[in-house]
Amino acid sequence: MDYKPVIGLEVHVELKTNSKMFCACSANYFGEKPNTHTCPVCLGLPGALPVPNKKAIEWCLMIGLALNCKVSQFSKFDRKNYFYPDLAKGYQISQYDMPFSKNGTISISTKSNNKEVLITRVHMEEDTGKLLHFANDFTLIDFNRSGVPLVEIVTEPEFESSEEVIAYLKNLQQIVRYLGVSNADMEKGEMRLEPNISLKKAGSKDLPKYKVEVKNINSFRFAEKAIDYEIKRQLEILKNGKTPAQETRGWDEKKQITVSQRQKEEANDYRYFPEPDIPPFKFEKDYIDKLIKSLPELPDAKLARFEKSYLLSQYDSEILTRDIQAGDFFEEAIRAGQSHNINAKQIANFLINRKIDLSTIEPARVIEEIILGQNITIEKKELDNIINKVIIENTKAVNDYKAGKQQSFMFLIGQVLKAARRKIDTDLIKKKLEEKLK
Amino acid sequence: MKINVKQIAKLADLKLTEKEIESLQDQLLSILNYIENLQKLDTDSVEETSQITGLENVMRNDIPQPSFSQEEALSNTKSQEDGLFKVKAVFEQ
Amino acid sequence: MKLNELSIKQAKEGLRTKKFSSEELTRACLDEIKKRDKNLNAFITICENEALADAKKADKLLVEKRTGTLLGIPIALKDLYLTKGVKTTAASRVLSDYIPQYDATVVSKLKNAGAVIIGKTNCDAWAHGSSGENSDFGPTKNPLNEEYVPGGSSSGSAVSVAANMCLASTGTDTGGSIRLPASFCNVVGLKPTYGRVSRYGIIAMASSLDSIGHFTKTVEDSATFLEITAGKDLNDATTPEVKVDNYFEDINKGVKGLKIGIPKEYFIQGLDKKIKEKIEKIIKFYEKEGAEIVEISLPHTEYAIACYYIIQPSEVSSNLARYDGIRFGNDRSFFGDEAKRRIMLGTFTLSAGYYDAYYKKAMKVRTLIKEDFDKAFMKVDAILTPVSPTLPWKIGEKVNDPLKMYLSDIFTVTANLAGIPGLSIPIGFENGLPVGAQILGPSFSEKMLFRIGNCFEGSNQNGL
Repeated sequence: MDYKPVIGLEVHVELKTNSKMFCACSANYFGEKPNTHTCPVCLGLPGALPVPNKKAIEWCLMIGLALNCKVSQFSKFDRKNYFYPDLAKGYQISQYDMPFSKNGTISISTKSNNKEVLITRVHMEEDTGKLLHFANDFTLIDFNRSGVPLVEIVTEPEFESSEEVIAYLKNLQQIVRYLGVSNADMEKGEMRLEPNISLKKAGSKDLPKYKVEVKNINSFRFAEKAIDYEIKRQLEILKNGKTPAQETRGWDEKKQITVSQRQKEEANDYRYFPEPDIPPFKFEKDYIDKLIKSLPELPDAKLARFEKSYLLSQYDSEILTRDIQAGDFFEEAIRAGQSHNINAKQIANFLINRKIDLSTIEPARVIEEIILGQNITIEKKELDNIINKVIIENTKAVNDYKAGKQQSFMFLIGQVLKAARRKIDTDLIKKKLEEKLK
Repeated sequence: MKINVKQIAKLADLKLTEKEIESLQDQLLSILNYIENLQKLDTDSVEETSQITGLENVMRNDIPQPSFSQEEALSNTKSQEDGLFKVKAVFEQ
Repeated sequence: MKLNELSIKQAKEGLRTKKFSSEELTRACLDEIKKRDKNLNAFITICENEALADAKKADKLLVEKRTGTLLGIPIALKDLYLTKGVKTTAASRVLSDYIPQYDATVVSKLKNAGAVIIGKTNCDAWAHGSSGENSDFGPTKNPLNEEYVPGGSSSGSAVSVAANMCLASTGTDTGGSIRLPASFCNVVGLKPTYGRVSRYGIIAMASSLDSIGHFTKTVEDSATFLEITAGKDLNDATTPEVKVDNYFEDINKGVKGLKIGIPKEYFIQGLDKKIKEKIEKIIKFYEKEGAEIVEISLPHTEYAIACYYIIQPSEVSSNLARYDGIRFGNDRSFFGDEAKRRIMLGTFTLSAGYYDAYYKKAMKVRTLIKEDFDKAFMKVDAILTPVSPTLPWKIGEKVNDPLKMYLSDIFTVTANLAGIPGLSIPIGFENGLPVGAQILGPSFSEKMLFRIGNCFEGSNQNGL
């Protein structure tokens, strides 16, 4: 086509801290009775004051570091002022011009190419309450979610397809899960996407003069469909010589289209100013270095290392590094297998082919299973030979058994074990002997 | 200087009568004229003070504490239903 | 002397020596309220039953020889302080029926110290005002002359102490709202250092300027009160770890050897001649007592009001955004004129295209004003100035001119911008109306302010 998509992404990640961003209410609100996780602060009562959650800030910094961002030496919170029923204070405490982290990168790979995407900024803010709409009648509000910590990750408008966007989301989700800071489940609202989509003439260096923000995307599938639809919709308009309106649209899953949300016609003037109730932040180099050291090995690095150190295929490495637990399990099994001469490849094959549920087994047990499995395969042939040999060399015992002497049977089993010189499943021997002596 | 009182009132979510808009226009202008004298000062090389305490890095540990009960949370609202605050229909933002 | 005319110190002594009970003391206060409050309108809510119950409890504890710094002492709270279960209105129709679900930190502290809370006092709605005339529940009157304003915004609190309706009361000072009414009502008013006392649970006016203080009859009482309210609060991120001083340590040391600065910018054309005379007399007094008087300059004083009236309304406009009638209170149509005016002004000064010229500029000027004080305090220990450029004015005189009203804060806003403490003490009368002076000091120097104030009070019972 003559036009190329220009897509920038805003992703919100809900942190799984124990308490909320600015108050000590429990942050585990999902599924709880409405308005049972509130206090003066997150309910926006008169006189309430915010006190920031140390762990939430650390986790936000770690996300920034994992995305190769620079941690700002000085940063602060700001008030974003607007009115909406789910915003208890009439302002959201967020970050405006001095976010915690800036200027990072993330690699994504699709079927067609690999690329590095620039991360503009990673900042901290608080979530709003939840609205339940009842047609044109009334709206109900639950403030349990109000004040839960959110990290906002903004990219440069460098995505060119829904495929790239999905690759980014999966990558980001994996990183955030590796860090242990969020479950990032889109269906539960723990990771939310707002793409800004526009189209520019192929070959043009300028950014388009408009952009469309799309909301209400609750899964990877919706993301793909919404982006593809929106690109098509805008293309139609441009082909007719017009420019798409700068607006916010919502994905309508029922109708499978994006719909204009008229409310955002006028650009909101948020009147940002520094949050006077929260002193600013200054992070020393020592502290940042400590955080960097505390980062776990990230998915990309682990993947590369598994391929290299264990000579695994990319496919196998991807499966074994899907989440941090899988990789750790695999490497513990390797350690357990060393004294038994079981190598990484064997373990990988075993885990992947048998589709083992890692939560139901210990790494050491896996090694046992592999060994047992090995023994059984070797002995199938060898066992056959040994049993045949024992039968030939012990005709008296064989005849006695055939005549009904059970003791002779036990004797034959003992001879098999002696010849094999290792511990074999005696049930297996019994079965084979019975078969051969029919 | 002219102040768009109607637009500011919208931003501030205040419903004003025509009379109020008129009188506010005058009053705000006179206050703003007085405030203008700040422009006389050269502040190019001056840092802003947004925090007078000089404090930095004030945070709290991630330890949850008990919340309000649902009754306490709703105790002062004039409109509720099934444990939720109730308002006239709003559309998605 | 009637029981309600006692100071805290005297009352404590009387309670300790069983000359009277807390119940009797409380009843004396309640009687005074019944006698005069219909006229003065200092109270929005009177907690008669609760107060008597608390007084009786206090009496039981006193019998058991238990102590508590304010055990059995009746006090009043400005109706910006949230009191659990007791209506809290901010003197606004928006909150006319709001019953808080929690206590302010300071309220808990006062209760733990055994205080008997006698009621919630009237004020300018949302603390917006300098005269006490902006309340949605009617203006408060000056007890020394009911035709005159008591000063604001903590009007009711100042009056409640001045009229002996209680022995102490709490207030807030964002631009002079304790010091001005204190000087207009002839009582002692303390604006502590910003952050010295927790703001948690007190309805916010301008978050970076609000200082939580109180009214008492004597300087010593003020020190007693601060010992209870001061201290770091985990619920307020702007309260530093600074240790709470022993405010009585130096209180009788006098002023010998201290340097007291007199800023020339506070003795300008607009200052009432009679007030100027009284200030000069107190300066002479301190000189006689051994203080060194130093002329200093606070060169950016003339920009303070402009700076204040940008920062304050900006923060006000944001702090009042939560009052939408959804979770509590009434909707925004219930806001009074002054509140609307400040919300509009603040929304404008923060808005796109104007932020740099107004709010950002004001934040820079604030730095210059603070630096004026920092430099001055390298030369002097404390600064002495008038509190108000004029004597109290008649009710209704300034209500139609908001700008004129704002200019009455001219000597008080600087302390809020710089975050420093100020103690307002009565220094005499003129035409039957009180005059006050304020003593300003560096951050966390309240101990010294009490020392300087107590020196004057001790020697000048009849004023100048």
